[in-house]
Amino acid sequence: MQYKTIDEANQAVIQHITASEPFLLDVVPAKSVISELNGKALLHSGPPTVWGKMPHPMQGSCIGAALFEGWAATEEEAQKMLENGEVTFISAHSVSAVGPMGGITSANMPVVVVENKASEKRAYCNLNEGIGAVLRFGAYNEEVINRLNWMKDVLGPALSKSLKQIDGGMNVNVLVAKAITMGDEFHQRNIAASALFLRQIVPYLITSGISEKELQEVTKFLADNDQFFLNIMMATAKSVMDTAATETEGSIVTALARNGDQFGIKVSGLGDQWFTAPVNTPDGLYFSGYSSEDATPDMGDSAITEAYGVGGMAMVAAPGVVRFVGTGGFNDAVNTSDEMREICIANNNNLQIPTWDFQGACLGIDIRKVVETGITPVINTGIAHKVAGNGQIGAGTVRVPLGCFEKALEALAEKYGVEV
Amino acid sequence: MLHTVIKKNLYQDSVSLMLLTNHLSAMDGVERISVMMGTPSNKDIMKGSGLYTDELEAASPNDLCVVAETENVDRVIEELEDFLNNQSAASEATAYSTVRTWEMAGNKLPNADLALISIAGEHAAAEANKALDRDLNVFLFSDNVSIEDELQLKQRAAEKGLMVMGPDCGTGILNGVPIAFANVIEKGNIGVVGASGTGIQEVTTIIGRNGGGVSHAIGTGGRDLALEIGALTTIQGLRVLDADPETDVIVYISKPPAPEVREKVVEVFKTLSKPVVSIFMGDKPKEQHDNVHYAWTLEDTALKALELAQTSNTSADSILADNEDLKKIKENKDQRFIKGYYCGGTLALEAAMILEDAFNLDPDAAHPEGMMLQHGEHEVIDLGDDAYTQGRAHPMIDPTFRVEKVKEAIANPKTAVLLLDNVIGYGAHDDMAGVFAPVVEKGKKEAAEQGRAIIAIASVTGTAQDPQVYQDQVDKLEAAGVIVTESNAQATKLAAAIIDSLEGEEAAETKAEKTAVADLTKASELISDKPRVINVGLTGFADTVQENGGQVVQYQWAPIAGGDKRLAAILDKLSKL
Repeated sequence: MQYKTIDEANQAVIQHITASEPFLLDVVPAKSVISELNGKALLHSGPPTVWGKMPHPMQGSCIGAALFEGWAATEEEAQKMLENGEVTFISAHSVSAVGPMGGITSANMPVVVVENKASEKRAYCNLNEGIGAVLRFGAYNEEVINRLNWMKDVLGPALSKSLKQIDGGMNVNVLVAKAITMGDEFHQRNIAASALFLRQIVPYLITSGISEKELQEVTKFLADNDQFFLNIMMATAKSVMDTAATETEGSIVTALARNGDQFGIKVSGLGDQWFTAPVNTPDGLYFSGYSSEDATPDMGDSAITEAYGVGGMAMVAAPGVVRFVGTGGFNDAVNTSDEMREICIANNNNLQIPTWDFQGACLGIDIRKVVETGITPVINTGIAHKVAGNGQIGAGTVRVPLGCFEKALEALAEKYGVEV
Repeated sequence: MLHTVIKKNLYQDSVSLMLLTNHLSAMDGVERISVMMGTPSNKDIMKGSGLYTDELEAASPNDLCVVAETENVDRVIEELEDFLNNQSAASEATAYSTVRTWEMAGNKLPNADLALISIAGEHAAAEANKALDRDLNVFLFSDNVSIEDELQLKQRAAEKGLMVMGPDCGTGILNGVPIAFANVIEKGNIGVVGASGTGIQEVTTIIGRNGGGVSHAIGTGGRDLALEIGALTTIQGLRVLDADPETDVIVYISKPPAPEVREKVVEVFKTLSKPVVSIFMGDKPKEQHDNVHYAWTLEDTALKALELAQTSNTSADSILADNEDLKKIKENKDQRFIKGYYCGGTLALEAAMILEDAFNLDPDAAHPEGMMLQHGEHEVIDLGDDAYTQGRAHPMIDPTFRVEKVKEAIANPKTAVLLLDNVIGYGAHDDMAGVFAPVVEKGKKEAAEQGRAIIAIASVTGTAQDPQVYQDQVDKLEAAGVIVTESNAQATKLAAAIIDSLEGEEAAETKAEKTAVADLTKASELISDKPRVINVGLTGFADTVQENGGQVVQYQWAPIAGGDKRLAAILDKLSKL
């Protein structure tokens, strides 16, 4: 090992995180930056999986994507094609991408391009569709497909034209540092960051040359979507954590993701390998008429935000959503972030949290600390209905299964020649 | 049937709405209920769930909409109002932090100086070692720790200047803060070292009930006097208390020790500068020797300690520690004498008596002209003697002559200590302190200008009810730089101690050398202030520390890796790569 101790290696890993300079550069069709999507292929969230193991909403997303891409004319056709293995499934993480919930991303869907200028690592994420019936929760009716087409034809190009007018792209660190002081934790709550994004992009939308009707549609869409920034945050976190993962030593978590069947983690010293365990089902609050019995098991790449140190790790930053973690009010949020700090090795002073006495957000989840204490990261998450098409039915928190960390620790022992 | 309630322009965020839905749907008589803001997409959801009513048509996105299938809509509305008005969550912050790792405990209490460990014995030694890693003293309440582990911990602690109290240490008092099972005892000048929890409790409570106080009580654990351990903690505890300025008398409580160890401990007693009251339970008390007293019962021990504590003069050490004047006087080799000018005859006699004893002088047979003591340049004079009151009033009423004598004494380059009394009450001068304070202040200033210093010591004979008011007189004198003691005897003993310390430097150093056999820096720091505790285990102990003014962080300990020994071993080895 090039470092004297694992602790020293871990310091080098988090150095990559704090030194990152993510910029939102562009919005482009996925296939233009992810060559694997040329042909009948779909990205999905979490570690690699197969059709038969996907939860129903993720399958629904696949059907929607097949319809959107024109691979099939009907739901039945699409279903058959997917069951027959005519479509290749790729874990988004393996192609520098991430996607929320099902994470299903196809060739012609627009993706944001975020580059960490400190490392030139780029990462991609599809655009947030808003709430209600949306593809990421497994809906694929006409409204969903129409919206996807509009995003491809209008929203994506409009944002691309706007972003290109900003010299060097949009500085995400600045936006995030502001938004965390405004009550966002960037997973459950992105309202401040989304508003700041809109504020920053509007002047360029106006001069982007799109029609007045399109301008009206785009600004309305962005203004109505409290979570639009989530997908930008995810691509940002992916570009940063992939940079951290270039350090091939240490015991710091570089990715957290779930596919509705398995929760997978990656660790700095353990290369590209996923360490998996069966996912938990989230605890949370449900919309009227739904309960935990209707919930689909945990899924989505959005937990990359927690790997980066925000989301559930930074619960204390977002007083507006703390009641998802319990009824104890704000102190529960403080306790949650304090507990998360136990398994991290530092605080990220780029992300100071006013409601946490200006401590920086959690930085660097150390799998050794997780196994030692049994404290596993808490993920803030949306909850999908277990039947595709019903969309989101609630929101809450879920824990990463301890088994992921135990397996990774065994692998770490092997890597460093520790025998017991 | 379906009832619709629309609250115009009452915005609630989605979290509130979900909590509200949960709350209302749990009510008796509510079959189904939906609570949402009246946005188009929410209206669609209501349609989907069969809870749509025509009244919703008119609702705007800023209106709170409730549709309920219930017989008693009024109660639902009542609950709704109630919920909306009482949303402030029950926020209960504890007075101290709770953590789950040593690292976080260190972050929360970076200047911690004690780990109080009460977890299961099989894990206790490992955690105690982690505490020592972090340079923390250890109070090991846990039992079932092997004697090998105990020895390893105590030896390691000693190398680091730290102290391990225990294992199986039931009680302790550190600077007034009860540790584990302990009583609330007034702070005082009796320090206790003990290998017996209830023994310490019995002795300290008897001291407390009889008007005394305890500086610290240091438990050692019952096996400390076993041959294998060799009284490691006992000896540390004795030395720490000997060096502690707040402790004047040391009590030692022991179960029957190994004879060799007993001898070793008694040898340590003799090196201490303070009186020791010792009880070796079961042993018939021996004759007093050197500074060591022996007792038979716990009560005898407490009472003997009280007696010694009341007459002890070692509080001089604390008064004189870091005294700048004393350092300066030391430099002027001629300045070695006490000048005592009294208005009270018996007080002057007492002062003379104490100084004669301290300096091993034969008492003067006669006291011409109130000269109670005259030896070299030392003098104690009763200015109320007839020789000085002819033609003027008694010095208790007219301070003029005494003022002259004081000025002379301060100007005298051989004077080190000025000793005064101040007798107040009806008939006495109405502000004696007000007369002498400026004289002393000016005198000290003038001496300073000549490169000298002088120490003035006084006592005030009087009470709070006297017209001059005891505390007012004390305050005035202290403001002028006078050291005011509780009694004339204490004032005189202090004066003698000063002269001793000026003359007996070499002798004192020898004793200090003998005592400074081990580094006890961190153990001494522990008792120099209220303890700052990382409490590993029983929460109740953290509460006690908190309530008694100590700082504490609760370490909610759990076995490493949930008790998985293989994973724990991996973690251990990885940390040592």
